[in-house]
Amino acid sequence: MITLEKRPSPSRAWAWATPVLAVLLTMIAGGLMFALLGKDPVDAIRTIFWAPLFDPQFASYSRPQLLVKAGPLILIAVGLAMGFRAGIWNIGAEGQYIIGALFGAGVALAAYPSGSPLIFPTMIVAGALGGFLWAMIPALLRVFFNTNEILVSLLLVYVAEQFLAAMALGPMKNPEGGGFPGSRNLQQYDAASNLELLQGTGLHWGVVAAIVAVIFGHVMLTRHLMGFHIRLAGQAPRAARFGGVNPGRLVIFCLGLSGALAGLAGMFEVSGPAGQVSIDFNSGYGFTAIIVAFLGRLHPVGILLAGLLMALTYIGGELAQFMLGIPAAAIQAFQGMLLFFLLGVDVLTNFRIRIGARGTA
Amino acid sequence: MLIRHLLAGAAMALTATGALAQDDGEPLKVGFVYVGPIGDGGWTYEHEQARLALVEEYGDRIETVYQESVPEGADAERVLTQMALSGTDLIFTTSFGYMDPTINVAQKFPDVNFEHATGYKRADNVATYSSRFYEGRAVIGHIAGKMTETNKIGYIASFPIPEVIRGINAAYIAASEANPDVEFNIVWAYTWFDPAKEADAAQALIEQGADVILQHTDSTAPLAAAEQAGGVVGFGQASDMAEYKPSPRVSSIIDNWAPYYIERVGAALDGTWESKDTWGGIDTGMVEIGEMTDAIPEDVRQEAQDLADSISSGEYHPFTGPLNYADGTEWLAEGETADDETLLGMDFYVEGIDAEIPN
Repeated sequence: MITLEKRPSPSRAWAWATPVLAVLLTMIAGGLMFALLGKDPVDAIRTIFWAPLFDPQFASYSRPQLLVKAGPLILIAVGLAMGFRAGIWNIGAEGQYIIGALFGAGVALAAYPSGSPLIFPTMIVAGALGGFLWAMIPALLRVFFNTNEILVSLLLVYVAEQFLAAMALGPMKNPEGGGFPGSRNLQQYDAASNLELLQGTGLHWGVVAAIVAVIFGHVMLTRHLMGFHIRLAGQAPRAARFGGVNPGRLVIFCLGLSGALAGLAGMFEVSGPAGQVSIDFNSGYGFTAIIVAFLGRLHPVGILLAGLLMALTYIGGELAQFMLGIPAAAIQAFQGMLLFFLLGVDVLTNFRIRIGARGTA
Repeated sequence: MLIRHLLAGAAMALTATGALAQDDGEPLKVGFVYVGPIGDGGWTYEHEQARLALVEEYGDRIETVYQESVPEGADAERVLTQMALSGTDLIFTTSFGYMDPTINVAQKFPDVNFEHATGYKRADNVATYSSRFYEGRAVIGHIAGKMTETNKIGYIASFPIPEVIRGINAAYIAASEANPDVEFNIVWAYTWFDPAKEADAAQALIEQGADVILQHTDSTAPLAAAEQAGGVVGFGQASDMAEYKPSPRVSSIIDNWAPYYIERVGAALDGTWESKDTWGGIDTGMVEIGEMTDAIPEDVRQEAQDLADSISSGEYHPFTGPLNYADGTEWLAEGETADDETLLGMDFYVEGIDAEIPN
């Protein structure tokens, strides 16, 4: 008989080994799925994990693109992880991302065509503020009316999407766009554009911000009182209350921080890689970041690695789609397996597997 | 600058080998970037059908690759770059939002040719193409005007952009010519494809008395709602939606990209491809009217066919005066027809549509 026995404390070794195990299991199960679709599984796995990094045809372009794709995911996930650790569930980062982008782009479009060097810094502040304010709605509703922040933050994503469409079709529409939806392209507006800092590296201000967020997130969790409060609130809510943690303040801090970071990600994206406010500008970063946060074990350094891994499966998945004709849905299923296996093998961190009958008293 | 050089170098190396390969009888590589899944039953489905028609037409002379569900914006630029790096010679980008990414990538790969659907930015290696769907809307508008008994026609619109507004106007003009008492009730769904929202919109329109539903969204949900309500008819949009024949789907507007793709890939094979703008109508086969079923009275079917034929031959233009703006001021005098520029930027309703365009 196989039984699970709770470990006295989570295994450190397994905490680090489970993500690796999950990736290996995903490769096996994914390979099986690709084989069932009639594709060579080895070729498919190789294209997803190896081609973006080392294939001579693509690598010089794809490698920097990993940073571009991972940047917003990491930036958002670091913020989300703080809340998740404290048991505060912001599921609406996608909405905060949209509002941050609209605030940032709003500054740029209002200033157009001024060349002032203050425009970009103002956009950064506006982007963070936009995300922060949007996250304050679920935060304040939770603190004062005890509403469920999961539901409120999630539903506000759909409100933000409608707001985005209205902006792309109305006030932010490009006056030189012949009546078509979508704003001016900020990539072509020097004072507001967030371009590559070093050519060929993929490094833009959003990636820099993501790295800074990882460092600050790590320092805060390990060295700062707020980080201690966050961990305490998550692990032992009752003890936290007796220990002087103000739950309302913690909700506002966690939602505000994750909202501001998601808003920043949106702002860096709209002024850089995406370039413009369009009807479907948001492409799911806010939701994917939730996976990244858990894949990275809610640990800033883990999130950095998880974000890069996720970006790799996206970019490799794209290559596999058009090089090998694998359907988009199969790639999405493959990414889903990654999270599934991670959560599945996670049990090994907290439990020990015992084979054989338990000693009876 | 480094990335520019690397890319240009890679592109040059690729075209060099591509050119050599062509002499050895290597196929022309044609790529497609789709905004939705190929099984969406509407917009992307029709582009995929046209890709299959290309393969049928040219066989071993071409090799096609495609990528589905590509978000517009930054992801599109990466997908296009990777496709160009893989040695694709001609790439069709099949959604409006791919416009700026297409132009950006085309600049980096001067030896790869691009075709962008429904946009307005061109370059030496970027052509644009779209269809005069409003011609099809005039034909189904006529049928709608004849079929309605409540004189109320419901219209499910997607986004208030010129393409959609043009469709509403074309349908209204034809419908009110067929039946002067007709009223249009327009619902904005703010989506191209969302079965739940589209079904809600259809339901609301039917409850307000509409017995004919026109749609500018891509799912079959409005037809399903019409079927459930009973006594309500509708039309297939983008694809034939034949599973709802003979009623509620009494006819359809089909986007047929095959004739265009076959022509352009043929030009690329002959080495005569060049950048241009194409806006094809019923005459080119790019806009097709799907089978009109027995649910439509015989004489109305004949009239609709005659209307389609006269549009196709150029004898009749769906926007022919006298036509007024919604506020009653004159737009087109008797016998005058609308020019393409006005149609492409259309942001107003014609007189008789009792509604405001949302902003």
